Amino acid sequence: MRRRLLAALLALLALPRRALAQPIMNPAPGIDARTINTPQGALQSILKGASMRRGRVRLELPSAAENGHSVPMTVRVDSPMSEADHVRRIDLVSEKNPVALMASFFLGPHMGRAEIESRVRLNGTQRVTALAQLSDGSFWFDAADIAVNESACLDGG
Amino acid sequence: MTARIQVPPEVRRGDLIEVRILIQHPMETGFRYDSLGRQTPRNVIHRFECRYGGVEVFRASMGAGIAANPYLRFFVRAGESGDIECRWVDQENVSGFASARVTVSG
Repeated sequence: MRRRLLAALLALLALPRRALAQPIMNPAPGIDARTINTPQGALQSILKGASMRRGRVRLELPSAAENGHSVPMTVRVDSPMSEADHVRRIDLVSEKNPVALMASFFLGPHMGRAEIESRVRLNGTQRVTALAQLSDGSFWFDAADIAVNESACLDGG
Repeated sequence: MTARIQVPPEVRRGDLIEVRILIQHPMETGFRYDSLGRQTPRNVIHRFECRYGGVEVFRASMGAGIAANPYLRFFVRAGESGDIECRWVDQENVSGFASARVTVSG
């Protein structure tokens, strides 16, 4: 018993200091700031307790990339983009990047088509999630897996 | 900050305007060290917005997860002839602006 307690204490001390001092990005009320920078934390801060369903969103990434400095990304949502029924926002969440929430796009009925293309940085092989919120408040997502040979974030990129 | 914005010069009312913009910016992650071992501070374009005929149509909040020299392609539904105006600002408060004229027919 005492040995187990000692092991637990040692494990706590061994926690990397960075894990305890993660950057805080606009934590929503009721969200633990320590988890905000994890993929789950980033998703929770947007969902605020709502559930998300897979579908309507299509996230396109190449299946593999030589390096993670600049990876083409397209996200589109099946939506008429009318006043009554449109996409409000799309968030990109990374599983392995130092900052989980990569970007948030705020859309509206003036866009006519819910499709955004950009280039992203990826810190290694991972799953990227695109989360869309529609004007009725519902959340939909898609996830894409990508193999990255050489990470970004370590040098030039 | 230099940028290049591309839109079709002429579209029909109700059609989609494809907006493509490329901004020259390092999008510093804050995880890079220079040759003297000093950390390069994070500096990314964190806010981007696009207006069409004075109305905000698209806004983006970006982090270091967007690649250097950020590129964005999005769509705007053509209403009246007018300017597509993009504005952005980075974390050193340096802002940029690019605009393009769209002529709407029909």
